[in-house]
Amino acid sequence: MDRTQLLLALAVALFSLGLLGVIVRRNVLVMLMCMELMLNGVILSLVTFAQQTATTVGAVLVFLIFVVATAEIALAIPIVLLLVRAKRTLDIDAYGDLKG
Amino acid sequence: MIDGFLQHLDTLLLLVFGICALIGAALMIVLRQPMRVAMALISTMVFLGGIYGLLGVHFIAAFQVLIYVGAVMVFMVYVIMLLEVRDTAGQRYSAWLLPGLAGFVMLVGVIVISIWRSLPTHTEAGGIGAFGIGKFSVIFLNEYWLHFELTSVLLVAAVVAALAVIGVSRRADAKRRHG
Repeated sequence: MDRTQLLLALAVALFSLGLLGVIVRRNVLVMLMCMELMLNGVILSLVTFAQQTATTVGAVLVFLIFVVATAEIALAIPIVLLLVRAKRTLDIDAYGDLKG
Repeated sequence: MIDGFLQHLDTLLLLVFGICALIGAALMIVLRQPMRVAMALISTMVFLGGIYGLLGVHFIAAFQVLIYVGAVMVFMVYVIMLLEVRDTAGQRYSAWLLPGLAGFVMLVGVIVISIWRSLPTHTEAGGIGAFGIGKFSVIFLNEYWLHFELTSVLLVAAVVAALAVIGVSRRADAKRRHG
């Protein structure tokens, strides 16, 4: 296993751990942070591929992901604050009436 | 000999940072309090920044620490302190724990095995110093200027949407107050 494979395996592990966190945890804030962890795994894989092929497009994509992650947090946090004010809890099961 | 040692040191540091990042990510699943989860995520991000620095993409390492740790996670920690959440009662995990764990093991297994088999082992074409901030900036603003502008539009849209959410909450408050 060379360095590229190691880094890709690490990226997969981080993404999967984030996905696992989103699925199994009940706290909304923890789920949001696990989504950030998934984005970090994707960024690591992009950087690894960009490094392997010596192209800039991977770095550009990383830059775009940073912006998307920032926008996501800026929008998700007010929504979570609203939900907490309405339901007085961070438990995801309390938000069951949001189902369509 | 010193060069060889330095190259081995590089790989060793990469391994150590990777293992530390993995430990931080695993702690995020296990720990109960949101503040501790945030600290674990911050440590994972800092170790990932170290990995980017070792790979030679220093500006992404700087972005990682400045934007993710400096802005996003500080915002998150601030919100955790604002809500004063203390997860004392109730269960930590949802009913999806076992299916989630099974899916996690299968996903990691399948992808890691396919990575192991598919990629030919060869040295990286890039290497240290392949991505200077100068080269990146010139290519970024020459070829990807449209994407750059689109991200600024996305940020403006996010700010407008956040303001709209706050407006909704204010209207709901006013309605509650006036009956």
